[in-house]
Amino acid sequence: MRVALFITCVNDTLFPGTGKATVTLLRRLGVDVAFPRAQTCCGQMHVNTGYREEGVRLARHFAEVFGGYDAVVVPSGSCGAMVREQYPRLAPAATGEVVPKVYELSEFLIDVLGVTDVGAYFPHRVTYHPTCHSLRGLHLGDRPLRLLRNVRGLELVPLPGAEECCGFGGTFAVKNPAISAAMCADKVGNVMATGAEVLCAADNSCLMHIGGTLTRQKTGVKIMHLAEILAATEAAEVTATIERSAP
Amino acid sequence: MSRTFLGMPGRALERGFPANAAVAVRDSQLRFNLRKATRTIRGKRAAVVAELPDWEGLRQAGKAIKDHTLRNLDRYLEQLEAAVTAAGGHVHWARDADEANRIVADLVRATGETEVVKVKSMATQEIGLNEALAAEGVTAYETDLAELIVQLGDDWPSHILVPAIHRNRAEIREIFQERMGEWGRPAPEHLTDDPRALAEAARLHLRERFLSTKVAISGANFMIAETGTLVVLESEGNGRMCLTLPRTLISVVGIEKILPTWRDLEVFLQLLPRSSTGERMNPYTSTWTGATEGQEFHLVLLDNGRTGVLADEVGRQALRCIRCSACLNVCPVYERAGGHAYGSVYPGPIGAILTPQLRGMGSELDRSLPYASSLCGACYEVCPVAIDIPEVLVDLRAKARHPRAERLGMAAAGWIFNRPERLALAQRAGGRLRRFVPKRLPGPMSAWTDTRDLPDIPRESFRDWWDRTGGRTGTERQDGGAR
Repeated sequence: MRVALFITCVNDTLFPGTGKATVTLLRRLGVDVAFPRAQTCCGQMHVNTGYREEGVRLARHFAEVFGGYDAVVVPSGSCGAMVREQYPRLAPAATGEVVPKVYELSEFLIDVLGVTDVGAYFPHRVTYHPTCHSLRGLHLGDRPLRLLRNVRGLELVPLPGAEECCGFGGTFAVKNPAISAAMCADKVGNVMATGAEVLCAADNSCLMHIGGTLTRQKTGVKIMHLAEILAATEAAEVTATIERSAP
Repeated sequence: MSRTFLGMPGRALERGFPANAAVAVRDSQLRFNLRKATRTIRGKRAAVVAELPDWEGLRQAGKAIKDHTLRNLDRYLEQLEAAVTAAGGHVHWARDADEANRIVADLVRATGETEVVKVKSMATQEIGLNEALAAEGVTAYETDLAELIVQLGDDWPSHILVPAIHRNRAEIREIFQERMGEWGRPAPEHLTDDPRALAEAARLHLRERFLSTKVAISGANFMIAETGTLVVLESEGNGRMCLTLPRTLISVVGIEKILPTWRDLEVFLQLLPRSSTGERMNPYTSTWTGATEGQEFHLVLLDNGRTGVLADEVGRQALRCIRCSACLNVCPVYERAGGHAYGSVYPGPIGAILTPQLRGMGSELDRSLPYASSLCGACYEVCPVAIDIPEVLVDLRAKARHPRAERLGMAAAGWIFNRPERLALAQRAGGRLRRFVPKRLPGPMSAWTDTRDLPDIPRESFRDWWDRTGGRTGTERQDGGAR
């Protein structure tokens, strides 16, 4: 099976650690993942802000880059939902073949590889935020939670109001900053109520928004992408970094 | 075409949604009232929907019936007109708000009356009927409890089902105490804010009105084409008073409210109460066909922009809406912004797609409405007729005029994303400048940094790391791992 990684522009540019963790994890599970260099962005920012033509161009580009693979793994619920939900409306002919082969990371692990225990070790108190596009777009259900429950040493604490939006919403965060911040304040309040050390999600864009508020408020709660926790083993670097940067 | 009027003049229309919402979100009393009320209804709805094993089937049936009806709207409208006429009613066609108001005002004037009682109705709110009648010397009395609170408080509705949702009972007590006397029977002295006492005050105030008024005006939840029957669902029974007691009944109904047959109604009598009030069945369902003996019945069929919506392939699904307001009650944006920020009688997610379609996107407010959403999808999930609100929002955003600075930024981003080598160059530039990024950004980007820190820009992008290492991990430190 020829498997490609679609890193997403946000991860590529701002969160390379998530990409590295995804590669580490997949290789550990015996998947020789490729990184097609020609990939850029899925087009979500353009389409959801009202720039459809640019989005259509990027959708076609995506189909060209990933057309030859059997599976495309995306460590982002939101970009995954963009491809699966919106591509069929934007460029049905060009993307019809590639769309069904696109998997969000937890889908790929559970549905394709059939693994729920990835052999990870992460001795921390973690709460999980199921981002909107993972939840209502891709319908990931409890897949990420099943993976987290099998991580040794990890204490998973439920997040109150988990299904409510954090207020990121792409350009919504800057177009409606007052409402976005009010939504995030409630999300942060719920995160704090759990007493978790780490807030985990399958989407770095939402984490960037919640995390930006968590650090601004000097809460000490860290954000981590699902891939980073699943890639952690024994006293791996990720854990070490967490403890180093804790206040 | 003149701009379609949607019943909400005033200050909310002068600014965009973000400015309206920024004011509303600071009103802690409003936030508290809305949070409490929407969460209560949300919970009730979730419980009664979960009871039904075939909810998704019902939802799809509702969608299919509405879509079929909308595709054959011309035929069903004519069938309805014939049936209503055959049953002794009179049918009038109104292109827009002005025409509908004119028709109703003429009908009222012909009765010689100067007072009318009203059943809660979104269509008459939409066309601003009360104000139009007032200009003709006719006083319209709202009889739905929440609409009464709005009317007495010189206020605007802020929710489709619960127009006074932004008020708590202490505020309602004050409004009753101070204003009821100006409109009729005053509130009892020493009125408390006990809900039962408030309801009793409204009952006494309204009862006189029902018995004395000769003309009633209503909307309708459904119109059955095969028999010409109109249907109103309500909780209080005040609607039924208006529908049965007065001599003349005038109903103003949007053309999309048609159902082909009585059998179709069965689906909607399950969908609507569970979605709107969170009840298995609403207390009062009134149906009437044409005119009863001794009564006169007029049906005013209202277009007011609907035909234009029907012509839009993506946007037309908004016409499936049965005004249940489930989408408002789950919307995190509505919960914090309140209904008035939307500048239309249709607030919340459904308003964000309905108002710009009915009214066009000529004003700053109407252009900003499709952006009044984080696209979280909670609205679509609860919609009983499966309106894909996020899909319509994104479609409307593509049709909206965009600010110049944004256009330039999006064009630049598109230029970079079109070539991977450009993206790599931009990433390297960012990596080199990472130390110079200020904690607070200037200009429009301050919208992010006012409340949030920026993420650290990594020294090396993922693609450069891959090029350097061939994707082999474990040898170098993970500089983007934990943040």
